[in-house]
Amino acid sequence: MTANTRLSNAFAKGRPALVTFITAGDPDSGATPAILDALVEGGADVIELGMPFTDPMADGPAIQAANLRSLAAGTKTADILKIAADFRARHPETPLVLMGYANPMTIRGPQWFATACKEAGVDGVICVDIPPEEDDALGPALRDAGVSLIRLATPTTDAARLPAVLKGVSGFLYYVSVAGITGMQQAAQASIESAVAQLKAATDIPIAVGFGVRTPEQAADIAKVSDGVVVGSALVDLVARHGRDAAGPVRELTAALANAVHSAR
Amino acid sequence: MNDIPNSLRNLPDERGHFGQFGGRYVAETLMPLILDLEKHYRAAKDDPAFREEFDDLLEHYVGRPSPLYFAPRLTEELDGAQVWFKRDELNHTGAHKINNCIGQILLAMRMGKTRIIAETGAGQHGVATATVCARFGLPCVIYMGATDVERQQPNVFRMKLLGAEVIPVESGARTLKDAMNEALRDWVANVHDTFYIIGTAAGPHPYPELVRDFQSVIGKEAREQMLKRTGKLPDMLVAAIGGGSNAIGLFHPFLDDPGVKMLGVEAAGHGLDKQHAASLAGGKPGILHGNKTYLLQDEDGQIAEAHSISAGLDYPGIGPEHSWLKESGRVDYTSVTDDEALDAFQLLCRTEGIIPALEPSHAIAAVKKLAPTMGKDQIILANLCGRGDKDIFTVAQALGVEI
Repeated sequence: MTANTRLSNAFAKGRPALVTFITAGDPDSGATPAILDALVEGGADVIELGMPFTDPMADGPAIQAANLRSLAAGTKTADILKIAADFRARHPETPLVLMGYANPMTIRGPQWFATACKEAGVDGVICVDIPPEEDDALGPALRDAGVSLIRLATPTTDAARLPAVLKGVSGFLYYVSVAGITGMQQAAQASIESAVAQLKAATDIPIAVGFGVRTPEQAADIAKVSDGVVVGSALVDLVARHGRDAAGPVRELTAALANAVHSAR
Repeated sequence: MNDIPNSLRNLPDERGHFGQFGGRYVAETLMPLILDLEKHYRAAKDDPAFREEFDDLLEHYVGRPSPLYFAPRLTEELDGAQVWFKRDELNHTGAHKINNCIGQILLAMRMGKTRIIAETGAGQHGVATATVCARFGLPCVIYMGATDVERQQPNVFRMKLLGAEVIPVESGARTLKDAMNEALRDWVANVHDTFYIIGTAAGPHPYPELVRDFQSVIGKEAREQMLKRTGKLPDMLVAAIGGGSNAIGLFHPFLDDPGVKMLGVEAAGHGLDKQHAASLAGGKPGILHGNKTYLLQDEDGQIAEAHSISAGLDYPGIGPEHSWLKESGRVDYTSVTDDEALDAFQLLCRTEGIIPALEPSHAIAAVKKLAPTMGKDQIILANLCGRGDKDIFTVAQALGVEI
C-alpha cells in the first residue's frame, strides 16, 4: 500500500476519523512502540508521531514537557525513523504522520528527510513552522518522495490566504481550531462549524480539526461537522502520568475517543 | 565576488530573505499577522508624520543624538589606532534598545494594537519596552527566563516600577531563548490585540529589517559626526553581537563605504571549545524563532544552550543579516571570552571613567587586540551600546568581591 493510499483510505471509511498524537521517545524510545500499538488497538485511524524539538514554540505545557522528556532520554532523529519503520512493519495499513518543527526536519537537507520518511514508510509530514511562503524546498522534496505534505489552516487564515495554504496540500488539511498553542482551551462549536464549512467550500481534501480536544464528548461534537478529529495533549498527559506503563491507559482513552468519533454521525 | 549586489544596503528581498538567510518560518496562525505588520511598516516608512514623531521622541525623550567620543587615555594605553566610541549607553534607559522600542510602539499604535509583549534576557530590552509602554499608556507583559530573573533582579524591579508584568519562564534552560518561545506562544494566543516588540534584529521578516532600520540611527549619526569631527570616515567599526541589533545599527549605514572595515564580536563564553554563545564561529545554518540563520545546534538540529557572562549575548542564534554579511565577506566576525570581556570592562572604567555594560565590553576587548596592530592615523569606532550599572553584581561576583 502506498503512502497516499493509506491516508486517503483512513478518511474514506464512511465515518469520521480519529487522529491521535503522541511524542516520539516519550518517556524514552523503548516505550514508544507499545504506545503506538495501543493507539492502533484502541481504534485510531491516523497516528501523528511528534518529533521532539528543544524549542516547541507552538506547543502548550503538556507537549513541551513531552518534548523535553524525550530529548532528556536521548532520543535522536535516527531513533524516530527506526520507530516509524518498525511501526510500518507491524501495521501495514495504519497511516503514520511525522509532526514537528523545521530545524530537525531540514538540518540534513529537505531531500535527506524526504527520502528517510519514504524509506521508513511515513505517509505524511506536518511541519509547524514552514508556512507556504517558505515551502520551496521541503514540500517539493516530500511530494517527489510520495510523502504527503499536510498543511495547517487556522482561525487567522483568511479567504485571501487560503488558496496559498491549499496549494500543494495532500493527505488531509489540519484545521487548528483555536489561535493559540496545543492543549489549552477548546474552540466554540459554532466557530468550528463555520470554519470547516468555509474550508469545505474551497477544497475536497479531508479536514481534521484539532487543538484543545480532550474528551470523547468534545471529539464527538467536532466529528459531527468534520472528516476527522485530532487529539494530542490528553494522550500525552497519560504518558506523562504513567510513563513506561502508559500503553494500557492510552488504549482505553483511544477506544473511548474512537467510539465517540466513529459513531458521531 | 559576483554574488554581492551593487548596494549591500538593499536587502532583504521582498520575501524577507538575506541570501539564504532570514525568511518567515512561523506557524500559520502568525503568518497573516506578520504579513499585516509588513504592510503597515511599509506604509509607516513612507509616512513623513511617522518619521517625524520617531525623530522627535528620539531627540527629546531618548536624548539623541548620542555623543561621538574620542577616548584619549584608552588610545594612549593601546598605542595604536585612535579609539572612538558611539555613546549609546547615554540614552534614556541606558542602552541602544530604546531606539527600536520607540519605533515599534509607534507601529503598534498605528496598527491599533492595545497590548504589548516582549522577551528579555538581561532585562535591558524589557526595561526599554516597559518604558515606552508607560510613556504611551499600554499594558505590557515581559517574558524573562527564570534564571535571568534571578540574576538580573534590579532590572526586574525596574520593569515592575514601570508598570510591566514580568513573567518568569520556567521551560528549557530558563533563559532568553525560552523567553522568546513563551512570548511567541502568548502572541499566537492573543493575535487580535497584541503587538510583539522583538528586541533584536532577528525573528520572522519584517522584524530583522525594521529593527535594523530603527537602530540605524546609530550608524547614521556616527557617520555624520565622524565626518564633521575628523573630515573622514572611520577605518574600522567594532560592535558586540548577541542577536546583533546594535551592530547592524552601526554597520548598516556604512556598508557601501568600501574603506570602512567592520568587525562583529560574538561571546566566546568559557571558550569556543567549551560553552559559548558564538553562533557564527561555532554554529551552522538552521531555522529557529522565525528565521533561518546561524545557530548553535547538534547534528539533529536540536538547539544548544548558549553561555556568556553577558546575559544580553546569551543566545544561541544571531540576526539573519549578520549571517549573510559573514557569508558575503563584507563584515568580519570574531569572538572574545568572558575573561577577556571582564578585563576590557575594567580597562574602560580605569582609562576613561566609563562603566560599560558587559555586552560592549566584548567589543572593547576586540578593540584592545586590534588597535595596537593599526596605524596611529587610523580610526576605530566602537559602539558603546549599554552602560554597566546593571552588571556590577555579575562583575563583582566574577572578581570574587562581595557587595
